[in-house]
Amino acid sequence: MTREPYLLPNGRVLRYSFHERLIHWMAGVSYVYLLLTGLAFWTPWLFWLAVVLGGGTSARELHPWVGVFFALAICFMFNMWGRQMRETPSDKAWWASIGHYIRNEDEKMPSADRFNPGQKLLFWGFLVNGVLLLLSGLVLWFPQYIPWNLHLVRQIAVFVHAVCFLFTVALFILHVYMGTAMERGAFGSVIRGDVSRAWANKHHHSWYRQLLRDSAAKE
Amino acid sequence: MSQAATEIVRISGHAGAPPGAGLNREYQVCKLVDTTTCIGCKACEVACLEWNGYTFSQTTFDNSYQTMPETAWNYWNLIKFNEHEREDGTMMLLMRKDQCMHCEEPGCLVACPADGAIVQYANGIVDFQEANCIGCGYCMSGCPFNIPKFSPTARKVFKCTLCNDRVSQGLEPACIKACPTGCLHFGTKSEMKDLAETRAAQLRTHSGHLDAGVYDPPGVGGTHVIYVLHDAKHPELYGGLPRNPRIPPLVGLWKKPLRWLGNLGILAGVFGVFVHYLRFGPKIVKEDELKPDGEGL
Repeated sequence: MTREPYLLPNGRVLRYSFHERLIHWMAGVSYVYLLLTGLAFWTPWLFWLAVVLGGGTSARELHPWVGVFFALAICFMFNMWGRQMRETPSDKAWWASIGHYIRNEDEKMPSADRFNPGQKLLFWGFLVNGVLLLLSGLVLWFPQYIPWNLHLVRQIAVFVHAVCFLFTVALFILHVYMGTAMERGAFGSVIRGDVSRAWANKHHHSWYRQLLRDSAAKE
Repeated sequence: MSQAATEIVRISGHAGAPPGAGLNREYQVCKLVDTTTCIGCKACEVACLEWNGYTFSQTTFDNSYQTMPETAWNYWNLIKFNEHEREDGTMMLLMRKDQCMHCEEPGCLVACPADGAIVQYANGIVDFQEANCIGCGYCMSGCPFNIPKFSPTARKVFKCTLCNDRVSQGLEPACIKACPTGCLHFGTKSEMKDLAETRAAQLRTHSGHLDAGVYDPPGVGGTHVIYVLHDAKHPELYGGLPRNPRIPPLVGLWKKPLRWLGNLGILAGVFGVFVHYLRFGPKIVKEDELKPDGEGL
């Protein structure tokens, strides 16, 4: 993954390799299906979503399978990004100036590595909630195999599934907003893979400087 | 239930009140199971299968008279047997007809996400509409009595209908029809409650069952199937009848506060990012922030 050249000859920077984009969208597309069918089961006001997606019965049949697919994508993602998502000492300073980030005063922000602490939070949030959703989802998939003297397990599963769902929705709203409307250039980076040098320099300064150092060392 | 369609409330051009107005008609139905006169003959089990069109399937022998460990998706009516040894060393064979209790506050209905899959009729019957069932099994998590059962072939959930099809035509449920001892009764809720209390009082005063009583659990708002028990203080002796059944707290928490909190949170989140965009707008990178050599700032 990291073996691809990052500084592209056309003056742009490779932000996400094909492998990374593919896994991102495996998770992304499956999550959207899970979200829409999950919202249908969540509230009667949105049950029509299940109807639009082929009916409640097929939504109930497919949701668990898509969930397994999503969990797999999350595992690949952990394998791919887990190391880069580790918290670093400089993350505290970034969080301390989160107000500047929100107000788009990016020049006052401490420089970020390949993933800024907000992205790390998103990653770990989806990972932890994804694992809990998978475990509770397995119980909800086959409630008939949970014996009656363990029926508390079913109820815990129902509740855990709902709570973790809400956490992922919060993360999803932020992620989609920031990845499309707020951070111009970010959406292109996860589709085509590349960003401009100025973009890399502004949003992920430490990472960009490292890329420049690496390429200078190579030459 | 069926009478409601013919009871007149208002009449045009009519002097005085409609005939029959003010009569206290009650539509709430109830099945009374008197466990003290049940002989465990299982005629109700057979009648249930016959009426509902299920074939008699394989039974499970477990060193008791019980047909199988618990009700099944195609076996809605099961007598639970318990050989109970009393403190004085004598034995009692406790028998209880297990079936859907038709709760006034049904946990299955509360937990169900599918539009129209579970309905509660004005007469108190809680009925599954399998055409609308999506087979998620949430009802199985919401029920405090272990009644809804998943059918692996239909991939939907089934349970006792209290013979809604018969009751709506003015007939009593099939199990009542078949009972040879008269331990099963069917009528309005208040009649059955009276009959049950009378029987319980009789057991206390004449039969030495000092703890005899009626099982009509208030935790689920009362049920439309009630029991007379010799020992109402220990309902769990009767094939695991729960002492204080109620909608499971986690299910209640999920469907009430968590759902409102969640809906509010989702709306606030969408609204929040929208307002952020209006106030601060996008982060746009100026390409000339970088020198042409790409060395950065």
